[in-house]
Amino acid sequence: MSTTLLLLSMAACGLVTFLIRLSFIAFGHQLPADPRISALLRYVPPAILGALIGPEIFMVGGGLNATPDNPRLWAALVALLVARLTRSVLATIAAGMAALWAIQAGLG
Amino acid sequence: MSTARLEFFAGVRAELPLLLGVVPFGLIFGVLGLAAGMPGWAVVLSSSLIFGGSSQVVFAQLWGGGTPPPVTVATVGVVNLRHLLYSAAVADYLRALPWRWKLLLAYLLTDEAFAAAIGRLRDGPATAQRHWFLCGTGCTLWVGWQLSTLGGVLLGTAIPTTWSLDFSIALTFIALLVFSAHRRSDMWAALAAAAAVLPAQVLPHKLGLLAAAGVGIACGLLMRRFDGKKP
Repeated sequence: MSTTLLLLSMAACGLVTFLIRLSFIAFGHQLPADPRISALLRYVPPAILGALIGPEIFMVGGGLNATPDNPRLWAALVALLVARLTRSVLATIAAGMAALWAIQAGLG
Repeated sequence: MSTARLEFFAGVRAELPLLLGVVPFGLIFGVLGLAAGMPGWAVVLSSSLIFGGSSQVVFAQLWGGGTPPPVTVATVGVVNLRHLLYSAAVADYLRALPWRWKLLLAYLLTDEAFAAAIGRLRDGPATAQRHWFLCGTGCTLWVGWQLSTLGGVLLGTAIPTTWSLDFSIALTFIALLVFSAHRRSDMWAALAAAAAVLPAQVLPHKLGLLAAAGVGIACGLLMRRFDGKKP
């Protein structure tokens, strides 16, 4: 049952993604080209990424921790800096994980 | 060699440097998908069914958290909404093609395939074979993404869970955010959404993510007027 549900959810996600990509290619002449819609669309990626990052940093073990003794907060700041400097996903992850492990080891 | 072939291989060559960033991401996604609780075959399958890196990470995360499927599908849709812009940008160049080409190229229209092909489509000679270039970038990315995801799944089974690897999901998103945020208002949108998502956790069915994204988008639109010229 769970396997069927997983497959169906994944297929539905794939279909939605495909239809978004197909939209203007297939039906461009029928779709409105409103500058307000493109202005709105440009904020979708940063907003969704922010909403995904928030809980990963501040909600640890089921509770909210937004204080300076949260190691994930500092590791995230290190990652932010490294991402800006290197523009590399791999370097960002390496630096963030190293920072998290270092802080956890220091606090433990 | 025919024009179509030349265009295709020019697309392949244009895409190859981008694989330097895509392959590590695929490896990481393979590892993360397992860490989020998805079976290995499903992680690999999602790379061809969904075929969109960050949305696949979101899918794995929501699946691992027991989110109801309709919310998962809506959230993945919002994550991939930016592809509307790509579709609009290439539509003019593909208008004369038959349906099977439109369907294939729509399936292949990812961030990196678009980024590598739009210059050729917009500025290159307007030949009847130019869609082969986009086909070349798209197919190259597809192969790179499938193989790197598979590699990540094979690697992931060898990594112990005590390494807090789940945090690398957030780190991947931080990197993607920094790369995609070009204006100050982009960062405001992200910050507002990150702040709003914490109280929004009380919303049922993991709807907090979508609600917070809405708050972030509204904040970005409001802060847009302050972007101005950079000093």
